[in-house]
Amino acid sequence: MDKSSLKKFQKTFLHLFSGLDRQLSFILLSLATVGFLTFLSASQNTPVLIEDELRNLALSFVVMWLVSRIPPKWLELAAVWIYSLGVLLLIAVAAFGLIKKGARRWLNIGIVIQPSEIMKIAMPLMLAWYFQKREGIKKSWDYGVAAIILGIPVLLIARQPDLGTALLVFAAGLYVIILAGLPWKWILPFVGIGVVGILLIVIFGTTICAHDVAWPFIQDYQKHRVCTLLDPSSDPLGKGFHTIQSMIAIGSGGFFGKGWFQGTQAHLEFIPEKHTDFVFAVYSEEFGLLGNLILLALFFALIKRGLAISASAPNLFTRLLGASVTLIFFTYAFVNIGMVSGLLPVVGVPLPFISYGGTALVTLGFGAGILMSIHRHRRLVQS
Amino acid sequence: MVSFKKPDLDSFQERIHIATLFVTFCLLLLVTRLVWLQIVSHSKYAVLAENNRIALVPAPANRGLIIDRNGIVIGRNYSALTLDVNAEEVKGNVDELIDQISEIVLISPKDRRNFKRSLEDSRKMGTIPLRSMLTEAETARFMANRYRFPGVEIRARSFREYPYNELASHLIGYIGRVSQKDKERMQAEIENSKADDPDALQTSFLPGIQYVGKIGLEQSYESVLRGVPGYDQVEITAGGKPVRTLSSSPSIPGKNVVLSVDIKLQYLVEQLYGNFRGAFVAIEPQTGDVLAFVSKPNFNPNDFVEGIDSVTWKELNDSPQKPLYNRPLKGIYPPGSTYKPFMALAALENKKRTPSQTIFDPGYFDFGNHTFRDDKKGGHGTVDMQKSIVESCDTYYYMLARDMGVDMIAGFMKPFGFGQVTGIDLQGESRGVLPSTQWKKNTFKKPEQQKWYEGETISLGIGQGYNAFTILQLSHAMANLANNGVVMKPHLVKAIEDPFTRNRTLTTPKESYRIDLKPENIEVIKNAMIEVNRSGTSAAAFQGAGYVAGGKTGTAQVFSLNDKDYKHGATAEFLRDHALYVAFAPADKPTIVIAMVVENAGFGAQYAAPIARKALDFYLEGKWPKEVPEWTRAP
Repeated sequence: MDKSSLKKFQKTFLHLFSGLDRQLSFILLSLATVGFLTFLSASQNTPVLIEDELRNLALSFVVMWLVSRIPPKWLELAAVWIYSLGVLLLIAVAAFGLIKKGARRWLNIGIVIQPSEIMKIAMPLMLAWYFQKREGIKKSWDYGVAAIILGIPVLLIARQPDLGTALLVFAAGLYVIILAGLPWKWILPFVGIGVVGILLIVIFGTTICAHDVAWPFIQDYQKHRVCTLLDPSSDPLGKGFHTIQSMIAIGSGGFFGKGWFQGTQAHLEFIPEKHTDFVFAVYSEEFGLLGNLILLALFFALIKRGLAISASAPNLFTRLLGASVTLIFFTYAFVNIGMVSGLLPVVGVPLPFISYGGTALVTLGFGAGILMSIHRHRRLVQS
Repeated sequence: MVSFKKPDLDSFQERIHIATLFVTFCLLLLVTRLVWLQIVSHSKYAVLAENNRIALVPAPANRGLIIDRNGIVIGRNYSALTLDVNAEEVKGNVDELIDQISEIVLISPKDRRNFKRSLEDSRKMGTIPLRSMLTEAETARFMANRYRFPGVEIRARSFREYPYNELASHLIGYIGRVSQKDKERMQAEIENSKADDPDALQTSFLPGIQYVGKIGLEQSYESVLRGVPGYDQVEITAGGKPVRTLSSSPSIPGKNVVLSVDIKLQYLVEQLYGNFRGAFVAIEPQTGDVLAFVSKPNFNPNDFVEGIDSVTWKELNDSPQKPLYNRPLKGIYPPGSTYKPFMALAALENKKRTPSQTIFDPGYFDFGNHTFRDDKKGGHGTVDMQKSIVESCDTYYYMLARDMGVDMIAGFMKPFGFGQVTGIDLQGESRGVLPSTQWKKNTFKKPEQQKWYEGETISLGIGQGYNAFTILQLSHAMANLANNGVVMKPHLVKAIEDPFTRNRTLTTPKESYRIDLKPENIEVIKNAMIEVNRSGTSAAAFQGAGYVAGGKTGTAQVFSLNDKDYKHGATAEFLRDHALYVAFAPADKPTIVIAMVVENAGFGAQYAAPIARKALDFYLEGKWPKEVPEWTRAP
């Protein structure tokens, strides 16, 4: 290989990555590295292979790269179609979806897909598109329309039942609505009710968790999750087992952790779902508080960068979409760590870029791609 | 540049700031939580993680053997196959699982009950035996069906066995599964133990102790026989699967106990008693070695090891024969005429009589308004000390008791061990009653009962009245007399043997104390007792003996017959008199003394002395009586 061809290769290579935001790339690469290292330890004694994880990471990267090349305008144009397709698929799931573990969440269209996953991206796309459309002529009733756009899929997902995904989709949409300017006088009462509600649940936990008390709108197993969170020892070998064991893993890690591959809770199978939803317990046990602070710092950097990109985005659609996607990353991380450390009830939410799982990584890659695209095309539009 | 309306952008920027604040707040919440878990509560969770990780698998120690003075093993262990169930794997209905297993191997209702009880105790950890002593056929059948029962496996376990079954059962005792009470007792023992005691229990032993001595030597030598259970520290998974052994502390086998008892002599005496109830204690006077310690009827200690079934238990417990009662240790009997040699010695030592001093016996003795009768109608006539013993003259001793008074008698008898705990190495010894004015004051509540009446002294002279001693005490007293006043504490265990080196550590105590007795007085009593066997009440039993033995018969009334003539056959069996006998031989230098009772048999001379004769023939001359089946060593 002579010098000119090497230079040519270098040029092509650099060109390939030219559109990617450097800071964001560095953060994501760091998270993926942490995720991969943790996976190596956490996947011990599980049937999952390293190849699977590498394939997922690669797939996630490819999705991110592809999406980063798509101009936001195209996404804006496709938003309604993607959203409509998602809703149709959700209706199809409700009509003839597959049932696994008591929930109807999957659809067989040659391959088995989980349409609720699509909604995590489709929802902010749709709402961002709507507010972009109504920019400048926005009326109060626009929020009512937004609520309907938000409500239909969320209800469909909640009915499956899949409270975790429903909450995430709801959050994704809600972030758009709030960022689009939902008046404070409408937000604050809900915040108030939420705070009071949580306080009431904590204070009257024992009464409302009594065996014969049914909660309105809430499935029995969901009630159980909240109740075991309030008092994990009420069911130490059953539902509380996960929370107790993951708390033991985290707590026993101490400041420096037990060291990579040295976590006894993880390696002796005390942690359930240790390479997927509860991977944070494995990470915490082996890398301690120090590792946790680094991880939280990485997430904080990710959020900061995502919000910065959104703030300098060229139009309302990209601003709302970018900020919402960023806040969804944060929500994933917060809910997951909160649940594993016993602050929040157990819901099936992965830790972004760390938990093993192809679907989540593709969705996350898609989200990261959107941020990259917004960043890349901001300059193109501006120039 | 695309233009946008300022207010919208401002509002958006403002909301991004608020979102950043919200994110920061939430992350700080997480940091607080993590600091709480990983710094503040770290030590607590570190302990919990260790407890999760490590399980102690107990390794029980081999229990020490019980060996007779000639090396015959009478308590041992053997290995057998058991069906063990891993408690964690028991899911769903326990009874259903047992029902399924019982189609393949026999599971008795007792096995089922024991298993369910252990399962509850185990808190679903470890393995629990369901059936022990599987036969070869059962083992094969189960192995063929093993795939149906995950968590159920066949294992070799060590079991206790008493190869001679009923023989010496009261002496050996038995072990049984540790009960809740045992656990509490052991916990208390740990708390009370001294730091330097090598045999002391330690908390780390407890998981490894599955059986404990419940009675007999198994109980009193528990700490010696038990050994030190070991344990393996094993790293386990959440499912209880062992991953690797972290450390292991091997068990140290228990030590063997070597008895002073001659098990062949014990066997002979037990056979000679036949269906009679009673107690027999033979002691070597110079050492305090207990040579035989018989309590009839017996029970089979093997029945108790794995928990006795209710039918056998009911049978044993409800039997009027009281086979579970350790008669020589706990049964108290009036000594009857066997007390007379001691009374005579007391008279000589206290100078209340001389050997040649005589009394006249008209056949009765009046004291106050009460007439005390002599056994012999018309009386023994002129009686000196030797005649009083040889012919067992009651009147002589009525008078003697009157002349000495209760407290002088008690003062003399006490050092011989009458009414005192001998301190033999078995638990639950009875004290009996050595009557004295002080004893009566301490025992009764009402003032009129507390007073000692002179009339009560009279019958003490012939070993009746309040007198009540164990056969062990009587034998011990006889040994003290035969040993010329040198008191040796009676004991059943002669030595502790190391199971590996076979080195023996003697446990024989040195003499306890000496009773100050004049040799010439002892000589008078011994000679009189020799004469008893030569021409007195037990002459028939000792005709033709190849050694000289001293003895004394006795008959203890079970209850007062008032003044009615006593007709042996007319009394219901349980109201018949007890036949007693004491002996020492050879007379010049006794190597064995005997005290015995045959309950509800009648006269001592007729029922007790012949047994003693045969026991002495065997012990001193090796003669085995024809009517008793030969001793055979257990396989």
